[in-house]
Amino acid sequence: MSQMLEIRWHGRAGQGVVTAGELLGESTMEAGMFFQAFPEYGAERMGAPIKAYTRLSSEEIEIHSPILEPDMVIVVNPNLIGVVDITEGVKEEGTLIVNTSQSPEALRKRLGFQGGQVWCVDATRIAIEEFRRDIPSTLILGVVAKASELVDLEAIVETTRETLGGKLRPEIVDANVRAIERAFEECTQG
Amino acid sequence: MVASQFMPLDGANAVSQAMRQINPDVVAAYPITPQTAVVQNFSQYVADGIVDTEFVPVESEHAAMSACVGASAAGARVMTATSANGLALMWEVLYIASGMRLPIVMTVVNRALSSPLNIHCDHSDSMGARDSGWLQFYAESGQEAYDNTIKALRIAESKSLSLPVMSCQDGFITGHGVERVGLLPDEAVQEFVGSYEPELTLLDTDNPITMGAWDFTDHYFEHKRQQTEAMNASMELIESVCQEYEMLSERPQPILDCYGMDDAEYAIIVLSSTAGTTRSLVRQMRAEGKKVGVLKPRLFRPFPAAQIVDCIKNCKAVAVLDRAISFGAPQGMGPLFTDITSALYVAGECDLPVVNYIFGLGGRDTTPPMIAGVFEDLEKIGATGDRGDLVRYLGLRG
Repeated sequence: MSQMLEIRWHGRAGQGVVTAGELLGESTMEAGMFFQAFPEYGAERMGAPIKAYTRLSSEEIEIHSPILEPDMVIVVNPNLIGVVDITEGVKEEGTLIVNTSQSPEALRKRLGFQGGQVWCVDATRIAIEEFRRDIPSTLILGVVAKASELVDLEAIVETTRETLGGKLRPEIVDANVRAIERAFEECTQG
Repeated sequence: MVASQFMPLDGANAVSQAMRQINPDVVAAYPITPQTAVVQNFSQYVADGIVDTEFVPVESEHAAMSACVGASAAGARVMTATSANGLALMWEVLYIASGMRLPIVMTVVNRALSSPLNIHCDHSDSMGARDSGWLQFYAESGQEAYDNTIKALRIAESKSLSLPVMSCQDGFITGHGVERVGLLPDEAVQEFVGSYEPELTLLDTDNPITMGAWDFTDHYFEHKRQQTEAMNASMELIESVCQEYEMLSERPQPILDCYGMDDAEYAIIVLSSTAGTTRSLVRQMRAEGKKVGVLKPRLFRPFPAAQIVDCIKNCKAVAVLDRAISFGAPQGMGPLFTDITSALYVAGECDLPVVNYIFGLGGRDTTPPMIAGVFEDLEKIGATGDRGDLVRYLGLRG
């Protein structure tokens, strides 16, 4: 039986949402899994709300259309809550991962979301502390690793080191890895 | 067989990797969305000395194809890439390339033609070029775009054919979508494509020739006959190259990709990425016991007419999905539909109800529920015997 995890990302253009989706997919490749990562292309402007999609599967992925009923929704920018419908189409047993300083209980109340799991992480605070910039997308992968059995923290860390290692200074790469590990530890579920 | 190495690549990058491995003599290209990444990545390989290609950064697509024609006539192995209006600007030179029998390989990352201005996927660009004398492959995924590009070169340069080939994939959907793509080892690709040794070239000064010259009422007609005969007779060659590549890569390379077609009562025929979306739905419907199928031609020119008829003739009803309109064709049907209905008529299969759906123009999403609606329509046609509207629209408002 094939296992597929369908993820929808909400963020703002320039926050590294697309890169995070690609990193996530890539991290599962070593384990022999298949993936797709693609954004919804509109008129791209820095700061505009954007959606992106990631599919992870144990088998070849044939479907080539946007995800209508995600298993997981990741909200990278908390100020999108109330601006876009982040729970649209999400499966009843689905998972929400939100960058927020609020508790899962408070968030559930605010969204009216009864289903599956809600994971909260103060990713903006971690990002500011680790790289002094509000680019929280990649570190949220630490939470994804905790929330899904299909995703492995070690693999994410390794892929991040490989991918960023070619472009960034070692201390920046280290900060990214630290941020991912902190998100894994500091996130709360409710 | 050799093992592929898996890489995370978007479809455009998968093609530029194939071009890197092929290491053509000349690439003349002009960047246009959504093909840009092909040219951008490849020009980086040139700048970094990873390939020894002569890269000609031209001022337009008309110049790009003109430079490709000149280089190919001079005996070079030549590749290029474009999309939409860029392909439109190449128009007159497309016919010159095929008329001169130049085996140029071009990636087309499909995009809607203006106007109105739109950068997203449909097939109006390459479908408009379907009569230009180029072979055309269509890819479902980045993987297929990579595989088709490598096969295209071998087919184009075959001495029995010597014609240009377009290798198409869907803009943004696969062109910008990152997926796991298996790349063959560089040496395996180089061995597969071999070296290009044309029999006749402009630079062979010991044997001077003229190419693409004046050809009046005396010989033009005969030359066009030769050109069309070459295309008509190419299916065997195409099949053998596909089989050889399948052996090498261990990835199936059918001309017609069929799923559920052996006993399908209701079938959808569609090109490129939407075939995958359809197949994923067909798998579910099959699990529910429904006799449905999907047929994806990977080759559109030459048109595998007899094979398609064979595949669908026992169905109760068939839908053909077209991502382009052939304006002014009967009821504005699409180009795939006109060819399939013509193929059915020629084969004497005139009783099979076939309907046409225009879909996805300008990048409009095509989702599994929409495709499920098509199968519902087909079941209705099968049950009532009433075909209803010949040309319909999928995912259109109002």
